[in-house]
Amino acid sequence: MKILEGLYYSKEHEWVKVEGEKVYIGITDYAQNALGEIVYVEMPEVDDEFSVGDVFGVVESVKAASDVYLPVSGKVLEINELLEDQPQLLNEKPYENWILIVELSDQSEINQLIDFKEYEEFCKSESH
Amino acid sequence: MKSYDKLIFELSKEGRCAYSLPNCSLCNKELIEYIPKEFLNEEEVNLPQVSEVDIIRHYTNLSQLNYGVDTGFYPLGSCTMKYNPKINEDVASIEGLCHIHPYQPEETVQGSLELMYNLSNLLSEISGMDKTTLQPAAGAHGELTGLMLIKAYHESRKDFKRTKIIVPDSAHGTNPASAAVAGFEIIEIQSNKSGALDLDTLKSVLNDEVAGLMLTNPSTLGLFEKNMKKIADLVHEAGGLLYYDGANMNAIMGKVRPGDMGFDVMHYNLHKTFSTPHGGGGPGSGPVGVKEHLIPFLPIPAIDKKDDKYILDYDRPDSIGKVKGFYGNYGVFIKAYAYILTMGAEGIKEVSETAVLNANYMMNKLKEYYSLPIDQVCKHEFVLGGLKGDHLGVSTIDVAKRLIDYGYHPPTIYFPLIINEALMIEPTETESIETLDKFIEVMIKIAKEAKKNINLLKNAPYHTPVRRIDEAKAARNLILKWEK
Amino acid sequence: MHKYIPNTEDDKRYMLHSIGAKSIEDLFEDIPKELRLSRELYIGKSLSEIELIKHMKELANKNKSTNELISFLGAGAYDHYIPAIIKHITTRSEFLTAYTPYQAEISQGTLRVIFEYQTMICNLTGMDVSNASMYDGPTACVEASIMACESTKRKSIIVSKTVHPEVRKVLHTYMKFRKIEVVEVDMNDGVTDVEKLKSIADKNTAGVIIQTPNFFGIIEDLTEVEKIIHENKGMLITYVDPISLGILKTPRQLGADIAVGEGQSLGNNLNFGGPYLGFLATKSKWVRKMPGRIVGQSMDQDGKRAFVLTLQAREQHIRRYKATSNICSNQGLNALMAVIYLTTMGKKGLREVATRCVQKSHYALDKITKENKFKPLFNKPFFKEFAVTSHIESKVVNQELLKNGILGGYEIGKDYTEFKNGLLFAVTEKRIDEEINKLSKVLEGMK
Repeated sequence: MKILEGLYYSKEHEWVKVEGEKVYIGITDYAQNALGEIVYVEMPEVDDEFSVGDVFGVVESVKAASDVYLPVSGKVLEINELLEDQPQLLNEKPYENWILIVELSDQSEINQLIDFKEYEEFCKSESH
Repeated sequence: MKSYDKLIFELSKEGRCAYSLPNCSLCNKELIEYIPKEFLNEEEVNLPQVSEVDIIRHYTNLSQLNYGVDTGFYPLGSCTMKYNPKINEDVASIEGLCHIHPYQPEETVQGSLELMYNLSNLLSEISGMDKTTLQPAAGAHGELTGLMLIKAYHESRKDFKRTKIIVPDSAHGTNPASAAVAGFEIIEIQSNKSGALDLDTLKSVLNDEVAGLMLTNPSTLGLFEKNMKKIADLVHEAGGLLYYDGANMNAIMGKVRPGDMGFDVMHYNLHKTFSTPHGGGGPGSGPVGVKEHLIPFLPIPAIDKKDDKYILDYDRPDSIGKVKGFYGNYGVFIKAYAYILTMGAEGIKEVSETAVLNANYMMNKLKEYYSLPIDQVCKHEFVLGGLKGDHLGVSTIDVAKRLIDYGYHPPTIYFPLIINEALMIEPTETESIETLDKFIEVMIKIAKEAKKNINLLKNAPYHTPVRRIDEAKAARNLILKWEK
Repeated sequence: MHKYIPNTEDDKRYMLHSIGAKSIEDLFEDIPKELRLSRELYIGKSLSEIELIKHMKELANKNKSTNELISFLGAGAYDHYIPAIIKHITTRSEFLTAYTPYQAEISQGTLRVIFEYQTMICNLTGMDVSNASMYDGPTACVEASIMACESTKRKSIIVSKTVHPEVRKVLHTYMKFRKIEVVEVDMNDGVTDVEKLKSIADKNTAGVIIQTPNFFGIIEDLTEVEKIIHENKGMLITYVDPISLGILKTPRQLGADIAVGEGQSLGNNLNFGGPYLGFLATKSKWVRKMPGRIVGQSMDQDGKRAFVLTLQAREQHIRRYKATSNICSNQGLNALMAVIYLTTMGKKGLREVATRCVQKSHYALDKITKENKFKPLFNKPFFKEFAVTSHIESKVVNQELLKNGILGGYEIGKDYTEFKNGLLFAVTEKRIDEEINKLSKVLEGMK
C-alpha cells in the first residue's frame, strides 16, 4: 500500500494536497484497493460550497459504493472531468488523480488532518 | 447448455410479420380524420419484424441459456427455491379466474373475491396474525407497507416522536432501504458472536424515538433467536412495535407463529414459502399480516364478507391508503392458494420439518471441509464461511462459479455481510437425499480441487454459454439497449 | 408422505441418525416451548389434484369472465388481443422457475430478454434508458416522482387531476410518508388546466405528472405544460399508454424527462388487476437515479458478448438505506410477455392495433350519442376511451348492460363527483361492429 509523504490525510481515506489557497482532494491507495474496480465517480458542481465533513460525492465500484467526505470546508474550484469517462484512473494512480480542487475557507482545518505517518498507523489499525 | 448469441432485433427483416388481425369494416378512414396531426408520430417505432417461427425458436433458445428450479438443484439461501407445482399454473389459467377485469361489478367477481378472502385467512392462521392484506406486490413492498402501518399506528396515538427503526446488521438489505422509503431513520445494531441479536445492544438503543424493530427469525444465518420473548418484551415496553421479515417462514410453519412470538406486523413471500415461481425476478407477492391494533390502518380496499357476499371495502377512514394499483398480484394468489390447499395442515408442517432436516444434514456433512462460523442446530438454511484451511487464495466466488460447471446453481454468496466469504445454503424440502448427497460430494470435490489447482477454480465456469463476465466494463461503458 | 416432499420416512430416519438427532423435534429444540404452536393449524386437510381442480372450477363459476361478457371496460386495464404464442413461451420452465439473474453465466436467457425489453421500451418512448420493469404503472409513477425529487433536490410534485385516480391514490400514500408535497392541478373540459398549472408551478416543483391519453382517454396537449415545468427547472413525467405509442408522439418528442406507464396492455391477461408491469424510462443523464434492476452489455473472459446486471451500486443490497429505492425485483415474467407481444406485433402491428382502437372507439362514440340520449362529456381528441353522460344513473346503465351480456363502462362519478352519471367506455381493437351495435342498442333502449 502506497502512502505519500508531504500530503495530509483524513480518517475517511482521502488525501489532501495544499497549494496556497487551493486544496487538491483525492482518495488514497488504501481506499481504492478496498473499493475494488471503480466504475463511477459522482462529483459536485463547480461553485458548490461545502462544510468540513459534508458528503461531496460518491465513488462506486462494481460491488460497493462509498460516500466521499470533504476533509476541509470550501468552495469547489474545479472537478476532474477526466474521471467522468475514466473512473479507473482512481484505481490506477490514486495520488495523481485528484477528484476536486477546493478553495480553502479556513486554513486552521488543515491542522485537523493527519500526516502520512499517522495515516499509516491508522490504516494498520483499520485492517485488524 | 448450448451457445446462442442472438438478440431478436438481429433477426428482423423488413416485411416479415408474426401477427394477424381480422377484417375490419369500421377501419376505412385515415387517422388524421380523427386525431390532429400535431399529436401523431410521423416516425415508426423501431420494433422487430420477424415471423412466428423466428420468435418461438429465438425464445426457446434463450430459455435454454437459463437455469431454473426445473433444471436442477437451486440452493440459493434466503430465496427458498422450492419446486413450483404445475397444477398451480393450470388453475391460475382457468379462464373464469384469470380473464377478469379489476373494475367488474362485485356480483360478477364473487369467486375471485372468495379466493382472496380465503387466502388471506389461511395466511393469518399460518402466521398467527389477525388480518392479512394481499395488496403488496413483493417482499420489499410488503416491508414498506408494514412500516407505513407502524408509523400510522404511532401517529394515530399522537406519538410523533417515533422516527427511528432498528435493524440488525444481519438483516436483508431491503429492511433498511424500505425503512428509509417509509421515511424512517435507521439504527443499525451489531449482532453478537453467535449471530443473534444482542440484548444489551438492543437496550442501549431503545427509547421513545424508536418506532419499531425489524427482525428475521430465523435470522439470515438460519438461526432461531432464542431470546425472542425477551426481545419482544423489551421493544413493547419501550413503546415500539415488532416487524417480522417473512423471508424465512419456510423454517417454522406449523411449529411456531410470528404472531405468537410477539410480532405486530409481518410480510409473507408467496414466491418463496408458498411455492409460486420466481419468473426470473418476478412477479412476486408480499401480503402483510397484522395484529388487531393495526387493522384499522391496512390499505384499501379490504376484502370482507357481508351477508354471504364478498365485498371490496373502501370505507376505512384510518387506512394508510393504497400502495399499489388495484388489489395486488392476484395471479400469484391463485397459485399460493392452490399450494396451501394441496399441502393441508399436516403437509405444511412437514414442509418446514423437512426443510430444516435437509439443511442440518447438509451442514453436518460440509462443515469438515468448509468453515462453519456458528456451529449449532440450524433451521432451513445455514451459512458457511468459505473454504477451510489452506486453499491458495481461492475465494467463495470461485467455489460458486465452479459449482456451475458441475451443473448446480450456486448458493447465495457474500451475504449476510457479517460472515466473511459467506456461502448461504438453503436446500428446501423439495429435494431428495440423493440430490443432497450428490451436491455435498461436489462441494467436497471442489474443496479438494482448491488445494491443488487454484487456476481451475479461478477460471471457472468452463461449460456455460458465456464465462465470467467483465462487470466493471458493463458499469463503465454503459450499453443498456440494442443499437444497430 | 406428500407428493412435493421426496424424502421417505426411511430417508428421514437415516438423515436424523447421521446428524446425531433422535427425532425431528430435536431440530426445533432451540425454539422456546412457550412460543411453540401446540395444535394443528386450522387450514384443513390436504386436497388431491382432482379435488383442487373441482374447488377452483367452482370458484371460477362464481365469476363472469371477459370471455363470457363483451367488455367495454378499461380505465387502466384493457382487453387487448393476446397472441397465442405468449403462453407457450412464458410457461417454459427455464423462464418460469429461475430467480433474479445474479449468476450471469447461467442466466443469459433472462438477461437477454430484459435487454430486449429495455430496448423496446426505449424505442417506444424515445428515451435513452429503461429499467427492467416495476410492480405496475402506479408504483412506477411513484418511483419517477421520487427520482424527480432526488434529481432536483426539491420536495413537491404536481399531478394533474386527469391522471388515473388509482395512480394518484398510490402517489399520495407514498409521498405522505416521504414528506413530499403532492399538489393536484385542476382540469378544464377534460384536460389539465394549463393556466392553473402555471400559477402553481414554481422553483420548488420537482416534477409535473401528466397522463396522456389521460384518464378520460383524451390526448393532452403538452406544449405549454412542457415550457412551464422546464422554465422552473423541474421535470416532466408523462404517464402513457404503450399501445397509443404505436401512433402518438413519443414522450421524448413531447419533452418528457421520465416516461412511465402501465404495461398490462402488452400481452398480459387482465387477471383481476395483477400481476402487471410498470415501465420507467428516462434520459441518460439520470440513469444513476433510476430505481430497479438494469441489464447491461459486456464481454466474458473469452471476449464473447455477454449480459449482466449492472449499476448495482444504486441498489439496496449494496447501499442499504441509501439506495435509490427498496425495490429488488422486477416483473420478469410480465416483461417477457411484453417483449413477445411487441415482437409479435412488430412496428406494423402495433400501429395497426393503435389505429383500430382509434377507428372503433370513434365509431362507438358516434353510434352511442346519435340519439342524443347519451352525450359526450368532452369534445377533445381521444385515443381508445371516451366519456359520456346521460340523465340515467350510471350504475343503472351498467346493470342493464350486464343483463345483456355487456361489461359496461367505468362509473366516473366514483372519483369525480362533478360527473355523477358519467361513464367511461373503452373500445379496443378486439371489439367488432356487432358488439358495438349491441352496446348502442341497449343504451338506446334505456329509459
